[in-house]
Amino acid sequence: MSEVLRSLLFIPGNNPGMIQNASVFDADGIIFDLEDAVSLEEKDAARTLISMALKTFDLSPKKIMVRVNPLNSVWGPEDVLRIASCHPDAILLPKADEKAIEACGKLLDEVEKNKGFEANSIRIFALIETAFGLEHAREIVDASSRLDGILLGGEDYTADMQIVRTREGLELSYARARLANLCKAYGLQFIDTPFTDVDDFEGLTFDIQEAIRWGATGKAAINPRQIERIQHAFMPTQKDILWAKEVLEAWSEAKKQGKGVCSLHGKMIDSPVVVRAEKILENVMAYRQKEEALS
Amino acid sequence: MINSIGRVLPEYSEGYGEIRPFAGINKNVSNSEYMNRIDTVKKHKASKRRNNLAELIRELEIKDGMTLSFHHHLRNGDKVLNMVMEQVAEMGIKDLTIAASSLFPVHAPLVGWIQKGVVTSVIASYISGPVAQSISQGDLKYPAIMHTHGGRARAIESGELVIDIAFLGAPTSDCCGNINGVQGPAACGTLGYAVSDAEYAKKVVAVTDNLVPYPAERVAISQEYVDYVLVVDSIGDPDGIVSGTTQITRNPLGLKIAAQAVKVIEASGYLKEGMSFQTGAGGTSLAVAHFLKEKMLEEGLVGSFASGGITGCLVDMFEQGMFRALLDVQCFDHEAIRSFRENSRHQAMSASKYGNPHNKGAVVDQLDVMILGATEIDQDFNVNVTTGSDGCIMGGSGGHSDTAAGAKLAIVVTQLVKKRNPIVKESVTTVTTPGESIDVLVTERGIAVNPRREDVRKQLLQAGIHLVDIKRLKEMAYELTGEPQALDKDGRIVAFVEYRDGTLIDVVRKI
Repeated sequence: MSEVLRSLLFIPGNNPGMIQNASVFDADGIIFDLEDAVSLEEKDAARTLISMALKTFDLSPKKIMVRVNPLNSVWGPEDVLRIASCHPDAILLPKADEKAIEACGKLLDEVEKNKGFEANSIRIFALIETAFGLEHAREIVDASSRLDGILLGGEDYTADMQIVRTREGLELSYARARLANLCKAYGLQFIDTPFTDVDDFEGLTFDIQEAIRWGATGKAAINPRQIERIQHAFMPTQKDILWAKEVLEAWSEAKKQGKGVCSLHGKMIDSPVVVRAEKILENVMAYRQKEEALS
Repeated sequence: MINSIGRVLPEYSEGYGEIRPFAGINKNVSNSEYMNRIDTVKKHKASKRRNNLAELIRELEIKDGMTLSFHHHLRNGDKVLNMVMEQVAEMGIKDLTIAASSLFPVHAPLVGWIQKGVVTSVIASYISGPVAQSISQGDLKYPAIMHTHGGRARAIESGELVIDIAFLGAPTSDCCGNINGVQGPAACGTLGYAVSDAEYAKKVVAVTDNLVPYPAERVAISQEYVDYVLVVDSIGDPDGIVSGTTQITRNPLGLKIAAQAVKVIEASGYLKEGMSFQTGAGGTSLAVAHFLKEKMLEEGLVGSFASGGITGCLVDMFEQGMFRALLDVQCFDHEAIRSFRENSRHQAMSASKYGNPHNKGAVVDQLDVMILGATEIDQDFNVNVTTGSDGCIMGGSGGHSDTAAGAKLAIVVTQLVKKRNPIVKESVTTVTTPGESIDVLVTERGIAVNPRREDVRKQLLQAGIHLVDIKRLKEMAYELTGEPQALDKDGRIVAFVEYRDGTLIDVVRKI
């Protein structure tokens, strides 16, 4: 899934009202959840409900993921087989490590072959939410060519670390920095953990900015009311856009004059600055097209 | 016969008379002749004060077949109607008409009096709870008549609805009948729906639990209209007085709809200095007000007035300087009551001033933007807020039809599907408000503009707002829910739905 996903909305797999309205929410992607949001006695029913939803509703152009149960649980393998046969865009694999990613890839190979789907067309996002997972992130990335990105599970990660997750989120800095860097190095998407206080929009805004500061390409949401702020935060500001245009104009002029560097408002412009400016305008175009498609 | 929106109506009905079919929103404009407000000249040298309801009822000489009126400012906390009717029923009086501005679940005892024939006719602008259920099941001898708020005032003032005795719940009164709604244990704010009753009923009784020394202050209804002042222990339960939804929705669908509605207001050119605005008290409608507030703050705009039933949400906008005045027919919550008590620019208005189509100028005609809810809306934009999809009465127009007709931009905000029922349908169960007066429908899955408003359609498209045909919205709803089965159209008529001008827009049949 090469398309950048700014926001991914978790929808509980046992909530028909929310599932029915998945297409209405303005997120770039939806994560139907069969894991934490679903109680043990509803696991089977939720799996059936999500399978039916995937077959019934046209949710395009949104990207659809399903968070299955861990592969070492009694539900995990069956989740992957049943859900993959409905061809979501990706499986979000919780408690990911390299073994789980490999096993998931094999199950997906099997379904794609049996169903006649294009090979490798169902992608994987790894949910890294343990200290072990974080330390093995590189191996996880190497474990399957299906991997399109990593989602940081902040609640489980801080629980595993036996540290407190705070509103400021400083305790996530290492995980964010490490995963952002890894994803950038491998051309993957890094989706930041959801902010769990659904009524604290100031805290949410701060949390998104922190994630962006470390290099997140998108952020998960657990309530539709969080989406607009997330989408907005990833959109370059008017000031950024203006700066990028000025940089490219100055650079174009410098090239005409055969120069390798130039300056704008007293600051030097060289190749890395130009790349940054190009990326800003590229993102603006991509996000605008996405919003057009979603409207 | 068939009216102009295709509804089949009888030509005559016992207990109602000749039917005048609805012919269009501004067609019946000149047939009202106004009654003289004071039909007899009496000198009240004797005290008006009474302390015993039973004795007063004997004194009033209530007879079989009379019409008694009540207002609904005490909402679901009202004790007046039940108190009076219990006494009347005990005296063996029968065949009465209850002309209440609205009836709530608290009026459940009325069901027993309907079943015993004490009450054989009910006239109201809004009915919910057991009384609505009872009427829908066919308990009432004659079909109920459901007015709009403005239509009720028109009917009273024109003499179509003659009230023999009006019982006015009075949160505060002096011994001469100067009434206010802002003081006392059952303070409810403004008393807009009681004004026509006070001015035109043959006899008027102020029922109060807060008798103050003469002269009372902040008079809403003046002594010259009041015949008696009955002092009782309590006229209302304060907890029930501020009932209903007055909180902004947290439902993400409702919030999305509200945000879209504000975009529609902006794109239509009505978001401007001096704009006037009204919204209902539903969660989504209030969210529209909330987002509008953010937009007005951002743009530094000051509106002229907000009107209608006033909620804390509108008070907040008013107090932050977003409107120069509030025009208030009914306070919905404590904040509205406080504001009305404290601020002279928070003005009261009568139901007639609010929405009577045949007086010399109603406030609804000054409205720029009106946000309306819908229980159902059909592909001709006709709206039902009277019955549920099962055909059972659960509300009524209130000011819905009045404001839709008056406002320059009437926007219906609703989810496309609620509780597995499609809200946008081929044909609504009951027409409350004609589609002719609805301009835009905003749902979470798309915005539709009434083809009558080509100007609005062009403006919205120009602003980049994606529009959908209302028929497509109906199809989207049916894709989710399946096509609903039509209800029986041949059952006995249990209620007449009158448009604000007194013509008949639809009927409700027995469930």
